[in-house]
Amino acid sequence: MSDSDKKKPNRRDFIITATATAGVVGVGAAVWPLVDQMNPDASVKALASTEVDVSNVKPGQSITVLWRGKPVFIKRRTKIEIDEARNVNIKELKHPETDEVRAKNPEWLVMVGICTHLGCVPLTDKGDYNGWFCPCHGSHYDTSGRIRKGPAPTNLEVPKYEFVNSNTIKIG
Amino acid sequence: MSDHEYHPKSRLGKWFNDRLPLLTLANHLSDYPTPKNLNYWWTFGGILTFCLITQIVTGVILGMHYVAHADLAFDSVEHIMRDVNYGWLIRYVHANGASMFFLAVYIHIFRALYYGSYKSPREMIWILGMIIYFLMMMAAFMGYVLPWGQMSFWGATVITNLFSAIPFVGESITNWLWGGYAVDNPTLTRFFSLHYLIPFLILGLVVLHIWALHIPGNNNPIGIDIKKPSKDTVPFHPYIVIKDMFALLIFLIIFAFFVFYAPNILGHSDNYIEANPLVTPAHIVPEWYLLPFYAILRSVPDKLFGVIAMFLSIFVLVILPWLDTSKVRSALFRPLYKQFYWFLIADVLILGYMGAMPAEGIYLLIARVATIYYFAHFLIILPILGKKEKTLDVPLNLTEPVLGGSQNTSMAKEVSTFKRN
Amino acid sequence: MKKLILILSVFILLISFNIQETKAAEDNEELLKTDWSFKSFFGTYDRASLQRGYQIYTEVCASCHSMKYLSYRNLYEKGGPEFSEEQAKAIASNFEVEDGPNNDGEMFTRPGKLSDKFVQPYANEQEAKALNGGAYPPDMSVLIKARKGGANYIYSVLLGYEEPPSGVILDDGVYYNKFMYGKKIKMPQPLSDDLVEYSDGTKATSEQMAKDVVTFMMWAAEPHLEQRHKTGFRVIIYLIILTILVYFSMKKIWSRIETKV
Repeated sequence: MSDSDKKKPNRRDFIITATATAGVVGVGAAVWPLVDQMNPDASVKALASTEVDVSNVKPGQSITVLWRGKPVFIKRRTKIEIDEARNVNIKELKHPETDEVRAKNPEWLVMVGICTHLGCVPLTDKGDYNGWFCPCHGSHYDTSGRIRKGPAPTNLEVPKYEFVNSNTIKIG
Repeated sequence: MSDHEYHPKSRLGKWFNDRLPLLTLANHLSDYPTPKNLNYWWTFGGILTFCLITQIVTGVILGMHYVAHADLAFDSVEHIMRDVNYGWLIRYVHANGASMFFLAVYIHIFRALYYGSYKSPREMIWILGMIIYFLMMMAAFMGYVLPWGQMSFWGATVITNLFSAIPFVGESITNWLWGGYAVDNPTLTRFFSLHYLIPFLILGLVVLHIWALHIPGNNNPIGIDIKKPSKDTVPFHPYIVIKDMFALLIFLIIFAFFVFYAPNILGHSDNYIEANPLVTPAHIVPEWYLLPFYAILRSVPDKLFGVIAMFLSIFVLVILPWLDTSKVRSALFRPLYKQFYWFLIADVLILGYMGAMPAEGIYLLIARVATIYYFAHFLIILPILGKKEKTLDVPLNLTEPVLGGSQNTSMAKEVSTFKRN
Repeated sequence: MKKLILILSVFILLISFNIQETKAAEDNEELLKTDWSFKSFFGTYDRASLQRGYQIYTEVCASCHSMKYLSYRNLYEKGGPEFSEEQAKAIASNFEVEDGPNNDGEMFTRPGKLSDKFVQPYANEQEAKALNGGAYPPDMSVLIKARKGGANYIYSVLLGYEEPPSGVILDDGVYYNKFMYGKKIKMPQPLSDDLVEYSDGTKATSEQMAKDVVTFMMWAAEPHLEQRHKTGFRVIIYLIILTILVYFSMKKIWSRIETKV
């Protein structure tokens, strides 16, 4: 068998290199559909936006709706809560964001209801800052959904949304 | 098999190989001495390995999107075809892949028949191969049920009803197979589970098949025993690997043609109608690769004996190494066997055609004659032929002129150069 | 030579299946044919024809036939009729879609959205049968693929209505169609000249309408046909190039031992 070792190619011919290269490119191209099939499909992408009727939500109340399989908190804040959120010294925050940026219409706060730590759903009107409290690992969010205490690295995410009219919010 | 010890060059390699000799295995596979006169009919082993892996990969992916439920299966297949990214491609590859798999396996089997590859000392390779073939048919049949179209449903009904032919316990067995009193959701879910399982059984058997092959080594077109390694052999890598690649690519071009330009031509239009237990399609036809067996089933007038004949038609293949009594392997040196070989091919093609025709009148008659001939070939012709046939002189090896100067050296040369150009 | 025979036999085996298909079709009349844009290697859909076909579907077919696998978003997706997204939205909002339950636990209707499936004419198969004299108008989403003869067959049936030959007695609500299996059909003749008015000025002959709606149905059954044809062309070209490269590599590699022999 040592005989056959000598027969093995030790110089790479151009044609063989070209063939191997072309083969690798082809295999790569063939693998893409096998990977891409796991991405969100056309019917899932089509559900990208949800319209929510908020006419029944009273000040101080909060509702949770489902958007892309995730909970979204829609909170109609009271005057006190708004003031509390706006009178915070930004520099003290772990993830500095002003409330004006997070809630364009100060009365309405719209956030993805998923703790930025490890994906649990925080409890509303709980915690040291009267906002949200995540029971999994004890993250406290304020009335603007900003992280104030606990392991979560960032504020609760604000999704893309708009008011279609005064009673309807379109998320996504 | 190689009698040398493999020694990895690096220390890490040696450490690893002492604990798990994967490098020795890789070295064995790469150096495996292969007869150098193998022709392109010998490339189908590699092609079949490719087919199996393709079916498993695409199948696992389809399983991510498919829903095995009588109410949702058809819809989920349409979902795959319309919405899943590249779902149409993956499903068409899987569906046509089954046909290509059988095309390749039939060529592989008939190559073995022509060159006598099933004969001693390769009986185990052959028997393992036949078990694989049988499992392939089961996997294909169950896979065809999954889209839950009309042909799925009624094909499943007809085939599972075969078991009702068994005396006394037939009905209990069919009810057990169905999980009810007809083909329904329980049948679909168990078929899905088994359809997922069988390919992995096949994969295991393929490993055994190749292991059994590497004991005696490959047969070859001349059918003589080849000393290995010797001047008559080449190492598997790169010689056979590159040749298998070339053949595989030709095969892929045909495969791609079906997938992209005629994806439904091998299927049946009725399977795009959702299963309806109240309406039977006008003609129930199995997939093309099962047609010869279907013809044998229908050509026997008795239900029980029809089923027995169908299973026997596979079983005669299993015991073939003992039915063919000839000492000479390759049909190249068996002038009479060569004739009968082509008769058998014609016979199987006729059976396949008759399987697609309605079982009546002239079709039924031809199917019956072809069925009788099929069994006669294996049970009568082959045993007698082995004893009576006057075979040609077989060369002693591939490269040296034969002692005694047989005229067949030229044939050996011709065969061995043929495949290289 | 033997190779050739074997290759031929294999192809005969493959083709035998199709002979059987065509044979069964030959029992009936020979199907009408027209110049489909989606046939052939580079076949694509004729957008204008798809849009007209959608018009025929909504104005003529949709009152009885569902298309349950299609969504309104498909109307603007690539490879289809390619209405603009706004047009597709407008089309969708013309339909009342049942949704719910709302916070009071009641179902309600709202205007359709792009993500909605095509609205179905009947609540269920039983209702469809009851309102159509016992015949169920089949769902048209994959109908082209579910019939032997495909596009040509549906095209022929749409144009195959005739006065029954003498001696053929038809029950009430049954019509004579020479292309239909058994030559009898429960669907009244759906198309007649100038039944609809095309906005693009195309003359609405029966043939034109049949062609348009069948093109639309073909797209509904095979929405990725254009991508399939395009990808297929690239794949096959690539495979041919790689085959040639591998062939020469093989020559090169085998030449190493050829000299030794």
